[in-house]
Amino acid sequence: MRAASPRLIGLAAVALMGVAPLLPFTPAFWITLAGYAGLSSLVAIGLVLLTGVGGMTSFGQAAFVGFGAYTTAVLTTSFGFSPWATLPVSLLTTGLAALAIGLVTVRLSGHYLPLGTIAWGISFFYLFGNLAALGGYDGIGGIPPIRIGPWDLVDARAIYYLIWLFVLIAVVLSHNLLDSRMGRAIRALRGGGAFAESFGVDTAEAKLVVFVYAGLLAGLSGWLYAHVQRSVSPSPFGLSAGIEYLLMAVLGGSGYVLGGVVGAGVVAVLNDQLQNGLPKLIEGGGNLDAIVFGILLVAALQFARAGLWPMLRRLGPPAAPKSVDLSAPPLPRTPPPDKGAPLLEVEGVSKRFGGLVAVNDVSFSVRGGEIVGLIGPNGAGKSTTFNLLTGVTSATSGAIRFRGERIDRLPARKIAERGIARTFQHVKLVPGMTVLENVAIGAHLRARVGALSSLFRLDRAREAEIIAEAARQIARVGLAEHMHKPAGSLALGQARVAEIARALCLDPALLLLDEPAAGLRFAEKKQLAELLKRLRAEGTSILLVEHDMDFVMTLTDHIVVLDFGAKIAEGAPKIVAESPVVLEAYLGGVE
Amino acid sequence: MSPTILLFLAQDGVMNGAVYALLGVTLVLLFTVTRVIFVAQGAFVAWGALTMAALENGAVPGTALLLVGFGLAAAVVDLLRARGRLSGRRLGLIAGRDIVLPLALLALDTALAPLKPGMAVDVLLTLALIIPMGPLVYRLAFQPLADASVLILFIAAIGVHLAMTGLGLAVFGAEGSRIDPMVAGVVPVGPIVVKLQSFAVLGVTAAVMAGLFVFFERTLLGKALRATAVNRLGARLVGVRVDGAARTAFALAAGIGAVSGVLIGPLTTVAYDTGFLIGLKGFVAAIIAGLASYPLTALAAVAIGLLESYSAFFASAFKEVIVFSIIIPFLLWRSFAHGAPADEEEE
Repeated sequence: MRAASPRLIGLAAVALMGVAPLLPFTPAFWITLAGYAGLSSLVAIGLVLLTGVGGMTSFGQAAFVGFGAYTTAVLTTSFGFSPWATLPVSLLTTGLAALAIGLVTVRLSGHYLPLGTIAWGISFFYLFGNLAALGGYDGIGGIPPIRIGPWDLVDARAIYYLIWLFVLIAVVLSHNLLDSRMGRAIRALRGGGAFAESFGVDTAEAKLVVFVYAGLLAGLSGWLYAHVQRSVSPSPFGLSAGIEYLLMAVLGGSGYVLGGVVGAGVVAVLNDQLQNGLPKLIEGGGNLDAIVFGILLVAALQFARAGLWPMLRRLGPPAAPKSVDLSAPPLPRTPPPDKGAPLLEVEGVSKRFGGLVAVNDVSFSVRGGEIVGLIGPNGAGKSTTFNLLTGVTSATSGAIRFRGERIDRLPARKIAERGIARTFQHVKLVPGMTVLENVAIGAHLRARVGALSSLFRLDRAREAEIIAEAARQIARVGLAEHMHKPAGSLALGQARVAEIARALCLDPALLLLDEPAAGLRFAEKKQLAELLKRLRAEGTSILLVEHDMDFVMTLTDHIVVLDFGAKIAEGAPKIVAESPVVLEAYLGGVE
Repeated sequence: MSPTILLFLAQDGVMNGAVYALLGVTLVLLFTVTRVIFVAQGAFVAWGALTMAALENGAVPGTALLLVGFGLAAAVVDLLRARGRLSGRRLGLIAGRDIVLPLALLALDTALAPLKPGMAVDVLLTLALIIPMGPLVYRLAFQPLADASVLILFIAAIGVHLAMTGLGLAVFGAEGSRIDPMVAGVVPVGPIVVKLQSFAVLGVTAAVMAGLFVFFERTLLGKALRATAVNRLGARLVGVRVDGAARTAFALAAGIGAVSGVLIGPLTTVAYDTGFLIGLKGFVAAIIAGLASYPLTALAAVAIGLLESYSAFFASAFKEVIVFSIIIPFLLWRSFAHGAPADEEEE
């Protein structure tokens, strides 16, 4: 018997949630509770994308709920708008607020970012409470219910269906977003994401996209909340609420869209049980929830940092691997540079860090269809040179030209656009993404399709092309059998090779490899050498930093030797290998 | 707008600023030694003031019970983690530190509180109750996460804040209290009169700062804490016990928090949740100083106090908005000027 597919189980869950309220024995307050869980789910789903996936922890999401709620509250009570008419306005207000706040917030780094969200989270709470137009701390009452046709949605059942319809839409849209070109960029943000810039990803833009998306979901929740509750006041939009939303995401599983829904459900049930279900155990009564939630948050971090959803998910069948359609048309290619024509020219480049001269007046060039090796003892300045070429740091003086154009002042993203792809000395793959998805980041610049079209699956043709290209490059480097594994499960050597596949996805004219053979076994090294020779034959130029002398000597056409930041020799491998200066640099002088 | 009002606002601001400075400095201390952004520090302040208030009323403070609870929890955690591989000495330490000491303090409080033994004894009892809580909170919440990223520790601290606020409400109730001033009376300063208690606040703040300076500069333990702050691995390699340093830091934090509570208790009504906003303002100061420099933090704290005092007068409704918004430009500046503080680590 075939195991049920995850899709089928999902449909069954949706059907169950659809039927449950109609059953006579379902208690009415459960339906109300489920409605509130749905409202929180919307916020928590956004927070999952923002925090768990995008790596930006926010304690301020409740403020966006407030934007959505207050917008419709003011418009319906003071200006006579109908609730449906205010939905786009609520979303627009929240979206603009998220854009403005996001422009500042996403630029904060590390733990400054969550601190910033606390600051504006508190500020908006006091702002809501102090603006007379918003009714001060008393808030605004008498908000009309949502109408569908002749019916006012006041019954808990009716509201339940509306809320969960929106949750369903949010789940589907979020899945669509994550499974797309922009989604991969967002998923690469965690842990810095600076590497993605080397493949043309505008990380600031990706952060802003996910920030606004999370804000919009919160705003939608606020719009619904205002019409369910029929009144708004500042307290559900304060910092404590923001913390509770984060608790939902962490508890449910901050890395998973459905984790947000599970977390919201658990917290809603706990809230109810703690406030109403249990007898008042201690004096002061209704504050047990804060104690339990606080302890729960800490315990979740200590014992189950990935949250509940992955545990539940393991009970079901594994997800089907991402489908690869190799018949998809190939992505556009740029013709390779002419053989022998100058491609990369480094002219008198120096880099000083304070008093230290890391790279001192180094010049060399790479021609079309040539493999150049950059070697030197430890501390020779190879890595710094590499960083200068890839826009990670900028040179103190000198010029770097690529196809005649100065690139030494360009950021990594712009250098990638010109056809330079790189690998990293310390492997930078997103461990939770499959090899296929990781490699597909390399094709980011070759199929420009935006977040909006991916939400509604209008990107599928381009997506198929990207995935097909990634699959081809993976096959080319010999990792086809590992394509659907998470990148975190690869051995170091395989991960290095996967990085080469990702670089190849950029369709580079110049490939920069930082110690590609380190950690590879003998047979793997031979395969790698064959691959690089094939690439050279196809017209791709390669510059590699490498310590394995056999590898460098047999593969390269030209070698540049650095020592103490300066170029000490240059030429064909044979000549360099016999150069007395080079021998002295590596082995020490003869006394 | 008379100069008298300006001056009055200034003294008010400086005084609040001094308390924020105590908190800000503590947050810097905790962050550098343990990497924990301890947003719950304000709870120690509230608990300090409320414990003092209970003692003055001749009641056994709820913190005595909390301490026993914390100690028991820590003992259970230690026993479970060790799974029977405990030496007799270690077992004795756990029993003594986590069970006997809190119980002894509870007994002492029960015996002394009805006698209303006077302010000096009350202060000592308050410190004796609050200080051991610091290491226990660290043991329960943060030690198991010691290797996690700053972000994870931060989220945990938020959890601790929730739990401590809830516990505060449970044992002290929602009513606020005010405690007797250490020194009663007022002195005229130019056109205004200043409460003597305000001078006590400034004096104690200065004394605590000086004490911290001596501790970090002149004692081996202080130097061990500084070494841990600079490089945890390096400190471990030269024989500093990082967990021990963290416990010490939390003990200091709890102690300074309790002192702050005793100081502000006579000046303002303190309730279970008062500490959070006070702590956050100390926090704004610590952030402005990059969570790194003690003198800068103190300076920024006084500035925050003044800003708050003047904005309370000129735009009272937006006082908190102004105080908390001020942090954003500084966060931006820190982000740009100093790059990623903790982006390297990945959980």
